[in-house]
Amino acid sequence: MIMASPVLVVAASWLAGVFGNWQHLLQTVLPVYLTNSVLLALGTGSGTLLIGTACAWAVARFDFPGHGLLSWALLLPMACPAYLLAYTWTGLLAPEGLLQQALQLPLPDIRSLPGAIAMLTLVLYPYIYLMARSAFIQQSAVALDVARSLGAGPWRRFFRVALPLARPAIIAGLALVLMETLADYGTVQYFGVPTLSTGIYRTWFGLGDITAAAQMASALLLAMVLLLWVERFARQRRSITDTFAQRAARTPVTGWRGAGLVAALCLPVLLGFLLPVLQLVAWSAPQLETALDSRFLALLGNSLLIATLTTVCAVTIGMLLIYARRMVPDRLRHHAARLAGFGYAVPGTVLAVGVVLALGGADRAINTVAESIGLQAPGLVFSGTLFAVVFACSVRFLTIPVQGLEAGMARLSINLDHAGRSLGKTPMALFRRVHLPLLQVPLATSALLVFVDTLKELPATLVLRPFDTNTLAVRAFELASDERLADAALPALAILLAGLFPVILLTRATLRATEVSSAPRDKAVSAHA
Amino acid sequence: MRFTGLLLLAATVLITGCSQPPEQVNVYSARKEALIKPLLDQFSADTGIEVNLVTAKADALLERLKAEGEHSPADLLITVDAGRLHRAREADVLQPVANDTLAQRVPERLRDPDGFWYGLSVRARVIVYAPDRVDASLLDSYESLTDEQWRGRICIRSSNNIYNQSLVASLIAHHGEEAITEWARGMVANMARDPVGGDRDQIKAVAAGECDLAVVNTYYLAMMANDEDPATRAVADSVAVFWPNQGDRGTHINVSGAGVTANAPNPENAIRLLEFLTSETAQQWYAETNHEYPVKSSIAVSEQLQAWGEFRQDGLNLAKLGELNAAAVKAMDRAGWQ
Repeated sequence: MIMASPVLVVAASWLAGVFGNWQHLLQTVLPVYLTNSVLLALGTGSGTLLIGTACAWAVARFDFPGHGLLSWALLLPMACPAYLLAYTWTGLLAPEGLLQQALQLPLPDIRSLPGAIAMLTLVLYPYIYLMARSAFIQQSAVALDVARSLGAGPWRRFFRVALPLARPAIIAGLALVLMETLADYGTVQYFGVPTLSTGIYRTWFGLGDITAAAQMASALLLAMVLLLWVERFARQRRSITDTFAQRAARTPVTGWRGAGLVAALCLPVLLGFLLPVLQLVAWSAPQLETALDSRFLALLGNSLLIATLTTVCAVTIGMLLIYARRMVPDRLRHHAARLAGFGYAVPGTVLAVGVVLALGGADRAINTVAESIGLQAPGLVFSGTLFAVVFACSVRFLTIPVQGLEAGMARLSINLDHAGRSLGKTPMALFRRVHLPLLQVPLATSALLVFVDTLKELPATLVLRPFDTNTLAVRAFELASDERLADAALPALAILLAGLFPVILLTRATLRATEVSSAPRDKAVSAHA
Repeated sequence: MRFTGLLLLAATVLITGCSQPPEQVNVYSARKEALIKPLLDQFSADTGIEVNLVTAKADALLERLKAEGEHSPADLLITVDAGRLHRAREADVLQPVANDTLAQRVPERLRDPDGFWYGLSVRARVIVYAPDRVDASLLDSYESLTDEQWRGRICIRSSNNIYNQSLVASLIAHHGEEAITEWARGMVANMARDPVGGDRDQIKAVAAGECDLAVVNTYYLAMMANDEDPATRAVADSVAVFWPNQGDRGTHINVSGAGVTANAPNPENAIRLLEFLTSETAQQWYAETNHEYPVKSSIAVSEQLQAWGEFRQDGLNLAKLGELNAAAVKAMDRAGWQ
């Protein structure tokens, strides 16, 4: 409930009633917003689904030269905020840009709806890749072998066995992608594509109608609720759990086919990471010496601090929510987990205002109480401190661990719990000894996603940060939005690099965990069986 | 979560309890850090008053001010357009300041009639054109941009942008909503492309031949003309400036400005900062560094601005821009101006 308060504050706007601006909006711009948002979601959804699942399948099932490198390199585009990719690609394709200079061809302007879809697809496909890959890796060989022995070819095995088994994880990734797409502001704004999220800003800032803006935001939320509900309905009563721990071996692919596969897998990394980084390096090289001072380190420190605190908060709360539901699967706990996840679907600034309203209220209450019992008023302990930023980011990204852990937990048969409980283990011990080791992969995955997302997070940090607290994303955005791309390049590059280390670290941990987890898992099962 | 909350709370109490300096002023600024911090540092060096800064978009800062209410730590709100200052006044988060120095330095039309806010620098929205393709004698006013002869030849950024909203608000103030909705339709018809990018992008598009005219703020062009990168300078040099409406009311202007907040804990320091920001030193800095026009005409401007010469400014009271902002957005909505 606390985590949902900023979202509820926004939703409460409906209580204020419907005013005249709605008629104006309906008659003029709303149909355009809706069409563009739907097209954007469809395009980005199918694009990420295709790239993410295909890459995950290739990495999980095939062996080829550079497998180890590509398995984490495919995550790299995730470290780039979509709006920065948009700025960089615009620069790359501009007449004076690197690409146009190198190719000597007239290149199209990327600033359009298809361009926005391309940008969002490039930064968001890793969500699906990450989730699908761990699902594919953890699938037992048995199901696939059975399918093979029944005469199913490789495509059929993929579509009829592997894909349905990985579906909860892929859908979890897709839900994140769609929410992020609909909430995106920076890219569509820069590309001049009016969507619901730019419409919310425009209604609020331009028309000065915060009520109508919040109502549009809650309509966006409703779309999300429907989406998730439809998915859940489709999945109902089809519980798929794994019982066998034997992993399928990777098939080697060599020769032309291997080279083709590697080239195809390199493409998203090249477009979503390497080329933009090259352009950023070219921009920032002239000022490298002057800009790398102590103030820059302070930016980096702030970014890392906020990202770490948020990761710990969001993952812990997500785990608590999911575990509470596992233990006592009643409606209340079910809806608590659902509700808490919606922060992701709200555009950042709208969420930030929700947080300001919620925490501002809490602060006023504290100050009133303190004064009434004769104490000195403590000031804005929540909304005026780093707490506000960490709180907002946790609310925004809570859905990542909730979705990830839920998908991970769904794969663990409830019989595990029954076995553990029948052996007299307390829920806490059960969690420590059985669930935690088995959930290592989704835990690490969620932590990575939250960390990188917080590092990139802009609107909420921008609005809520305390005095003199800057982050890399804030600095990069301020310069980039002033069309000073070259000056923005260095902090942008730092975001990418700071996001790089956890990507590498956690991927290694994940891989190790998936490779060795069969051992403790067998033990866990046999110990309690 | 709770634990972290407590930790942060403890940390905050410790920090604010132990190291609070005696003299400070807290600034909420919509002006980006790079364009205000050097001045604030100068102020601190001169007066010994420490300046704490948060930058964000004006509307978000306004919401934050409203939510924080009487406990807000902010002393001064800085924005880059008059419309938002007017909105802040309407939301009761500013207080009136009656100060002779400020009144003398800032002309009446560039400040709130009751002293709720003061303009700090002036920016003009002008027409830039490609001299090889456009005969400057055919240019006249914002109104005449809808002429048939400019069909498919104009670049201008999105109507989401506050500078366009203010420009259209000023036109509504002069001609009324209906006439300007029609004008906006004419603009859409004359656009060379759907609006994308910022003001610099429009200038680049003129240089690249994508369009022949663009409507932009002067300082963007001035900064490009003084860029380190020779390619950017070449772009700026290939276009020329036209000052619209010199034959009648003058070119549309806006201001960056500031107001003291209603619950400011350090109002005296905030006023001192306002005085500093309107002083000759600060005004000169704006003119030199960001190529904006000083609020006081006696102050020398940058070489670039001198080269463009003097121009007549629209005398409309800038509070009007705030009042008519919503009407401007609606007019552009109806015209299909993205």
